[in-house]
Amino acid sequence: MIAVASRLYGLVGLIALMAMPAFAVQPDEVLDDPALEARARVISKELRCPVCQNESIDESHAEVARDLRLLVRERVSAGDSNDEALSFIVARYGEFVLLNPPAKGSTLILWLAGPAMLLIGGIGAAAYLRGRAAPVPADELSADETKRLTELLNK
Amino acid sequence: MLSQPIGEGAAADYTKFMITELGHFALILALMVAVFQMIVPMIGAQKNWAGWMATGTPAATVQFGLTLTSFAALTYAFVISDFSLRVVTLNSHTAKPMLYKVSGVWGNHEGSMLLWILILTLFGAMAGWFGQGLPPRLKARVLSVQSAIAVAFFIFLIFTSNPFERLAFPPLNGQDLNPLLQDPGLAFHPPFLYVGYVGLSMAFSFAVAALIEGKVDAAWGRWVRPWTLTAWVFLTVGIALGSWWAYYELGWGGFWFWDPVENASFMPWLIAAALLHSAIVVEKREALKSWTILLAILAFGFSLIGAFIVRSGVLTSVHAFATDPERGVYLLLITGIFMGGALVLYALRAEQMEAKGVFSVVSRESALVANNILLAVACFVVFIGTIWPLVAEMFFDRKLSVGPPFFDAAFTPFMVALSVILPVGALMSWKRAKLKRITVSLMPVLVVSVALGGLAFAIQTGGSALGPIGVILGSWLVLGAAFEIWQRAGKANKIARLKGLPRADWGKAVAHAGMGITTFGIAAMLAWQIEDIRIAQIGDRFEVGQHQVELIDVREVDGPNYISTMAEMKLYRGGREVAHLFPEKRVYPVANMPTTEAAISNGILRDLYVVIGDPQNDGGWAVRTYIKPFANWIWAGAIIMALGGTLSLTDRRMRVAGGQRSKAVTS
Repeated sequence: MIAVASRLYGLVGLIALMAMPAFAVQPDEVLDDPALEARARVISKELRCPVCQNESIDESHAEVARDLRLLVRERVSAGDSNDEALSFIVARYGEFVLLNPPAKGSTLILWLAGPAMLLIGGIGAAAYLRGRAAPVPADELSADETKRLTELLNK
Repeated sequence: MLSQPIGEGAAADYTKFMITELGHFALILALMVAVFQMIVPMIGAQKNWAGWMATGTPAATVQFGLTLTSFAALTYAFVISDFSLRVVTLNSHTAKPMLYKVSGVWGNHEGSMLLWILILTLFGAMAGWFGQGLPPRLKARVLSVQSAIAVAFFIFLIFTSNPFERLAFPPLNGQDLNPLLQDPGLAFHPPFLYVGYVGLSMAFSFAVAALIEGKVDAAWGRWVRPWTLTAWVFLTVGIALGSWWAYYELGWGGFWFWDPVENASFMPWLIAAALLHSAIVVEKREALKSWTILLAILAFGFSLIGAFIVRSGVLTSVHAFATDPERGVYLLLITGIFMGGALVLYALRAEQMEAKGVFSVVSRESALVANNILLAVACFVVFIGTIWPLVAEMFFDRKLSVGPPFFDAAFTPFMVALSVILPVGALMSWKRAKLKRITVSLMPVLVVSVALGGLAFAIQTGGSALGPIGVILGSWLVLGAAFEIWQRAGKANKIARLKGLPRADWGKAVAHAGMGITTFGIAAMLAWQIEDIRIAQIGDRFEVGQHQVELIDVREVDGPNYISTMAEMKLYRGGREVAHLFPEKRVYPVANMPTTEAAISNGILRDLYVVIGDPQNDGGWAVRTYIKPFANWIWAGAIIMALGGTLSLTDRRMRVAGGQRSKAVTS
């Protein structure tokens, strides 16, 4: 997101987007109940600002991000659980706004790719290590070497 | 032109004109030399013609000299503000400070690509200069492959992104570099990253040359390591600089966002780290050869993929550089050709890389295999997370986002596992280790680490496990590294023997400790940071954590090229003033761009971070205050990692990269 923005320069036009990154959550949005507010912040970090590039609504200063933050707080105050508040918003804005795609359907591949790779790597490595450990101890000569040695000795 | 009266000014203009054209000309000549160097030494190596092989080094030197001339000419154009060049007009301004005129050279696609190539040719030339110990055939092939990469990028630069493109009607002044980019941290961030990305091309060239040769031995491992280590050190510093910049500049103290462009630099870093470790196994034990070759190919592959991600705009990222599809296609083509070619070669030849070393399942070798699997899988997770939005849209017709919550959950476990096994693996001996003995000897380290974690848990408010786990892992790594050095020093004459330890051993311990410090810093800052958002009136004093914050004044201040709304704030702790801070909000009227300048009081134990926001209707101001415990440890750890790498680089073994047997003390 922004952070890196500058990181690779270029992007001039887009940088305007990051105009005022500091003004994400405004003081007037903050809920009086700290527990509810803390939950709202957690939920906000899971939601992508629909008009921004890779920014959560918690970080974004965009108008729609503010609307979503207020909506999250409204749902939380109305007694929604975190999941209920999230699905309320996903129902309206689509799964695009979820920064953490749920492990359902094709997204399962995304979630399982790492563990599957680890398994494959682990099995491969285990096979390799067994292969390395099994063969003739290093201090014994191979057939070729023995042959060569006898040749040399017989000279 | 000639019809113009020739006065002083006109004469100066001609010089400008000539120097720029000289740079352009040098660039084209460099391409031709690169084509020569790609072909002649390779044929020489195939046919065993010594004269043809010997052309490699002088060609590499000339190629570097020409590229340097070209780069110097472009820099000169920026310095004298030659607005007849399109890139200068778009990225510079006469009133810009000199530092940013120079850094503006690489603050755009064309110039940064030229810097990329300059570093590429520098590495090629260095391989020629320092490679006297290399067998001539291997050296000729390495230089040839390195030059093939250069050819691809010269063509890319000259035909799709020529920095020497002229404007028919040069404007009187330029459009300036974005104010946010006029920052010392950012001026040096890209060169570091590029040395890292491009340095990995050496590992690639060595890998391909070895595949053509059909031979990998201990000496090969020894030659590849210094290049990889150099690249990795620079990548580490480059990534840390970018992260640190984000922290102080963006106004809320975020330091890592899992953005595609960040991931583009992180993936080569992870693979380079794996490669560093596996090349040790090749060097010491002549095992893991084909795997090491594969890593060397992939490490540079991720550099190329990174260039594609950053410059093609296929993945949404705020930084997506000059998103030009034509350039994107060309970069994809380069990536495809080099990766495809190298991997086909690999498939054909890898079988020949017969391993020699035999070792037991419990050994340093196995520990390094585990390290490699974890780093490679972690990199794969980052990769798949980065490209998944694209895959999902193309194949499953789903528009979705993959952001920090995914990466935090999917990536972190691998790093935790790595940290857990690291001190144990580091103590294992080659061939056959005694796990029981190591576990017993590490018991004090484990006990102290867990005790520190327990202490952290007892002190902190709230039951979060993140902080204590960070403490345990961090001290496990740092104390584990210290313990290793202590143990290596033996029983008697500790001090004398510590001095005598090879620098590579010190480097290893320092780098591992650095990783522990970064791990701890990240966990501590995320777990224990305090945030306060409120409306404050002038003169208000409020509590944030154990600190009191006072908003003394807010006033308008004129800067050289901006107008600032500057707040004056004092922070107290226990009645004593601990910081006097001036956070600002700036507007740059020319660019019509507001920026936030947070004010930070840096400390070893915590940063106090204040930001001034918008004025409110009732006359108050939105004020954000953060207390960020151990924030600086994140970057300090990264710098310590880089220091460890540098220490290793100065080891005798690396300096005499040619032939000699390693004299390292083995445990």
